[in-house]
Amino acid sequence: MYTQGLDSLGADCLHQATDAVTLEQRFQSKVDEDERIEPKDWMPDAYRQTLIRQISQHAHSEIVGMLPEGNWITRAPSLRRKAVLIAKVQDEGGHGMYLYSAAETLGISRDELLEQLLAGTAKYSSIFNYPTPTWADVGAIGWLVDGAAIMNQIPICRCSYGPYARAMVRICKEESFHQRQGFEIMMTLARGTPEQHRMAQDALNRWWWPSIMMFGPNDATSKHTAQSMRWKIKRFSNDELRQKFIDITVPQAEFLGLKVPDPDLRWDEATQHYIHGPIDWKEFEEVLKGNGPCNRERLETRRRAHDDGRWVREAALAHAEKQRARETQAA
Amino acid sequence: MSASAATVLSASTDLRFRYAVHLGDTSLILAQRLGEWVGHAPALEEDLALANIALDLLGQARYLLSYAGEIEGKGRTEDDLAFLRDPSDFTNLALVEQPNVDFGHTIVRQFLIDAWQLELFECLQGSSEPRLAELAAKALKETRYHYRFSSGWMVRLGDGTEESHKRVQDGLDSLWKFTSEFFAPGAVDEEAAAAGLGPDPASLRAAWAANVEQVLTEATLKKPADVSYRWFGKRNQHSEHLSHLLAEMQFMQRTYPGVQW
Repeated sequence: MYTQGLDSLGADCLHQATDAVTLEQRFQSKVDEDERIEPKDWMPDAYRQTLIRQISQHAHSEIVGMLPEGNWITRAPSLRRKAVLIAKVQDEGGHGMYLYSAAETLGISRDELLEQLLAGTAKYSSIFNYPTPTWADVGAIGWLVDGAAIMNQIPICRCSYGPYARAMVRICKEESFHQRQGFEIMMTLARGTPEQHRMAQDALNRWWWPSIMMFGPNDATSKHTAQSMRWKIKRFSNDELRQKFIDITVPQAEFLGLKVPDPDLRWDEATQHYIHGPIDWKEFEEVLKGNGPCNRERLETRRRAHDDGRWVREAALAHAEKQRARETQAA
Repeated sequence: MSASAATVLSASTDLRFRYAVHLGDTSLILAQRLGEWVGHAPALEEDLALANIALDLLGQARYLLSYAGEIEGKGRTEDDLAFLRDPSDFTNLALVEQPNVDFGHTIVRQFLIDAWQLELFECLQGSSEPRLAELAAKALKETRYHYRFSSGWMVRLGDGTEESHKRVQDGLDSLWKFTSEFFAPGAVDEEAAAAGLGPDPASLRAAWAANVEQVLTEATLKKPADVSYRWFGKRNQHSEHLSHLLAEMQFMQRTYPGVQW
């Protein structure tokens, strides 16, 4: 689905590659010429670390992101909706898998990355720390959260790192399908009974601000955008992407007959953009710090699945070991 | 099973309806149980596999319930049949409504039903009802994959660690009693067999038992003794679990009657 903090570069990993000036120059000129960097190519350690962090955050977001929507699989209101939802949540698991594989090409294992997630040391997108109390939340996530994710991810299809860019091409195709599904759920609700309409409006009220916060802090406070842009890991700033999302989404809300919960929102003729009201960055920081409505639950759920599944993974390893031993004996 | 003109005629609309509902309910309730796993499986690969199986089963259920609604001719849709019937109207095999408990129980349940569906769909391809034959041909391909998955895990868990062996043996011991229903007479599937719609349930037993025994041996598991257990879902006799499962599954349709989603 999406990772936030695409520019969260660890300060410690910058400029460690000074002893390899020529290599770095060669690397940068490759990036500048829009050539792809592949796993076996030389790359600055800071570039590698930034990618590992970003790709794994993205992978973790997919995996944790299965939970809020998965919450509605057993209660989906029709068999068709149930099938589409299972397939969607399954796609997210699949995205997690490609992304972990892309991260593994940088020299870290999926197990190590999972450990970081479960230990709470790795981040995932804060948006998944919000709850899905009604069916309309499934629609709103598809429409808004996947919509914002696509906005963020399409530029990553041209990311300088080959395996990440290629994974993203497939992910974006699936995400755009999810986004249409979500919009269709919202449309059915918005045009349904008064109760359904209210359900849709409530969900928009809940997801609007968290969705526009998905693009990360304002450019003025975003520290590492410049380096990530130079490396072509990132191609647009947080604010540019946010603006693009708002410009596209507000007319969609109007089409649905729903009201965007921003009293200051207005169209600006001069710039040909919507101008939005102030974003509550305090809320963003609180959720990021772990104080969101579901931070604790999401991680506990992931940990429980991991712990409950340990005996299964151990059994698979033990069986494979026995098989090998038998084959060796037979040979 | 033969498909002579006489047997086609003897398959009344009511019987075709009830038989399709019985098969559809079994796939639907199992899909619902597997859906509970999505996002919570022991590893990502297993999460995706369980979701795949759930989707296949849900597809079968939708096909069968839509077909049932059509031939019934009262305008009931797949959703009406899934969401607006009471537990006592469901005729799924009681095994599939049993709770997930853990991955071991889930795999045992899946394996036992997969081995049964393999034989069922193989035979159902010769149904006198073309719509059922068509469903069976597609479902058989799906079931072969399900069976590969579940029998593979039976062996891995049975012949894995001491703990996994114990867990999967426990699952087998507690679920085994529900398998007698697969082959028991006195329900809609027997009537369907008489009318050429589907196989005689008893006729599926030998091949099922052979497959199951072979896998249990490879998995170093002990086949539980057959017990006389006579409460059958296909005769509308369900365990306590079904009404809980339906309360959750039917929640939206029951809370907001007559609404399109």
